[in-house]
Amino acid sequence: MPNQDELELLQELGDTVGTPKLKEKVRMSCNHVDVFYNETAQAIFDVSVDLGKNQILAMIGPSGCGKSTLLRCLNRMNDTIDGCIVNGEITLDGEDIYNKTIDPVLLRANVGMVFQKPNPFPKSIYDNVAYGPRLHGLTKNASELDDLVEESLTKAGLWKETKDRLNKPGTGLSGGQQQRLCIARTIAVKPEVILMDEPTSALDPIATATIEELMYDLKSSYTIAVVTHSMQQAARISDRTAYFHLGRLVEVNNTDDVFTNPEHKLTENYITGRFG
Amino acid sequence: MNNKDIVKASLKKRYAKEKRFKLYGIVSITLSFLFLAFLLADITGKSLPAFTQTYVKLEIDFSHKNLKLKEKASYSEDELFKASYRTLASKALYQLFPDIKSRKDKKTLRGMVSVGAQYELRDMVIDNPNLIGTKKEILVLADDDLDSFHKGIIDRSIPEELRRVKDKQVSWIDKLEADGRIVTRFNLRFLTSGDSREPELAGIWGALKGSFYTMVITLLLSFPIGVAAAVYLEEFAPKNNKFIDLIEVNINNLAAVPSIVFGILGLAIYINLFGMPRSAPLVAGMVVFLMTLPKIIIPTRASIKSVPPSIREAALGVGASKMQVIFHHVLPLAMPGILTGSIIGMAQALGESAPLLMIGMVAFVADIPQSFMDPATVLPVQIFIWSDSPERAFIALTSAAIVVLLIFLFLMNFLAIILRKKFETRW
Repeated sequence: MPNQDELELLQELGDTVGTPKLKEKVRMSCNHVDVFYNETAQAIFDVSVDLGKNQILAMIGPSGCGKSTLLRCLNRMNDTIDGCIVNGEITLDGEDIYNKTIDPVLLRANVGMVFQKPNPFPKSIYDNVAYGPRLHGLTKNASELDDLVEESLTKAGLWKETKDRLNKPGTGLSGGQQQRLCIARTIAVKPEVILMDEPTSALDPIATATIEELMYDLKSSYTIAVVTHSMQQAARISDRTAYFHLGRLVEVNNTDDVFTNPEHKLTENYITGRFG
Repeated sequence: MNNKDIVKASLKKRYAKEKRFKLYGIVSITLSFLFLAFLLADITGKSLPAFTQTYVKLEIDFSHKNLKLKEKASYSEDELFKASYRTLASKALYQLFPDIKSRKDKKTLRGMVSVGAQYELRDMVIDNPNLIGTKKEILVLADDDLDSFHKGIIDRSIPEELRRVKDKQVSWIDKLEADGRIVTRFNLRFLTSGDSREPELAGIWGALKGSFYTMVITLLLSFPIGVAAAVYLEEFAPKNNKFIDLIEVNINNLAAVPSIVFGILGLAIYINLFGMPRSAPLVAGMVVFLMTLPKIIIPTRASIKSVPPSIREAALGVGASKMQVIFHHVLPLAMPGILTGSIIGMAQALGESAPLLMIGMVAFVADIPQSFMDPATVLPVQIFIWSDSPERAFIALTSAAIVVLLIFLFLMNFLAIILRKKFETRW
């Protein structure tokens, strides 16, 4: 439960401070988003934020602040949860993704997702990466598919380690390799946006560093939103940082500003380690 | 006393408790193992006589006179079929015992070979018409009384008035045995022929085929319908819906309904309402399907539920549709559980007799069923029929049929284990 100080601060909490909306190069945009898990449990209150092209947006905040919930709204993964209601508007390239004419399957091919726990399919490494392209018929023949698998694994920094064992099960890789395999599987579909839900929380520091470098490299081709519990990680990799608290988006600013000169008292409390 | 001593004092008690608990476990496992061993040993022991058969070596005279055939160069199959074979074995017996004159004794004497002997002699002649006009030593199938006596199932120390084989017959048998005319052979007939009123002619093949046809129908109906129902309930059915809840409760209840009730249902609906044939494997399969269905739905739902959600999310995340998630990931991962559940359900169906009694599978069917519509019986019902028959030799047949049934159940369970191992995914 929030303590008295926080409650007061929350009550004062008005609009998001900082620069939630971008003036240009907007890839995705959330406008006044509310999320309910049922009639009484509201997870997210009036959140508005933009994801810039070729930028990494880090979403930080204490547990249960709604950052993962918002992330899962961005590719409609929340559709699979019964009773989950999303109000407001989320757009991808100006188009409302909750519009009835939008097919969630198509959306998820455009907005890929990497999960907290590495979750490769119990298939071979090759089949893991080739699954998405095969599903959507992205390649015309076997050699094109081979090329796409190689390209995706190379981008994910996994090609050198796995090129001789593509037919071995993906579940036989180490944790860090599995997570990179999942990233390769995501980018094989050539999405515009990649959502990452605490992608390194199950990994050791070395594997984490590899994934972070990878995310930095991927930025040039994709828009990335990453939920993380590690403020260092957010500071290292992201261009902009959003701080969530109890379902509200408190502050969004350039990462350097958030960590050196937070505008909001709650943000300051969190990054200085007073709670979280 | 400090804490250490208190703990020490209580430790002894705790270990004693643990020891006692282990002992209970060992005792109960030993007991159940002993019961099982006793059951298997008893049934196998009792079944052994059924796997051998007693024959009497007789010199059969295939003369034209005996066969009531006119002498000519060749005969059509029809003529050979219509020739007389009834007296061949009897005449050979009379020759061995020239002293027996009274009609009654003669009748008893010729009763020592099976009534099926004449048909075997007929088939022999049809296969090889060169036999006509010759004499040949032939093994003639003995009657079940002689068979039982020879195998020691009928004990000669029993007083004559209580014994099925009388003293006179005993003396004849002893003479035949002394002449080396009584021989024992493996009972192939048990595995290749249908049911018969005569134990020495009865076989399990008809019931096996009936069971096979029934199982085919049951599998074809219950596996696809059961898996489809489970997938729908688990993946597509609206949650918190009263109607769906009602269906779920009913499926669970259905699994606990006594099987005879399904038999009555089958009788009322399939036979009386739809006018389907009695004793047909088709109807039997449709009845057993009703009781197998919940036994497939329940484990299938459990194994679908146990597929890790991370795999579904991963598939959804790259843009798989719900159907693709189910068919590419959920079902393959749930397959070991689905197969195990289905095979165990099928094994139960194979051992089911009560509902099949209701739809007429208990009728005496001597012919081997050739299709799903022919009158047939199934293994467990055959066991029931034989266990109810008065002749002593049916005891061995009953046990032998149980052994065959157990072998099939064992094979099915073994198959379940193999499939489980084969489809199991290592994480």
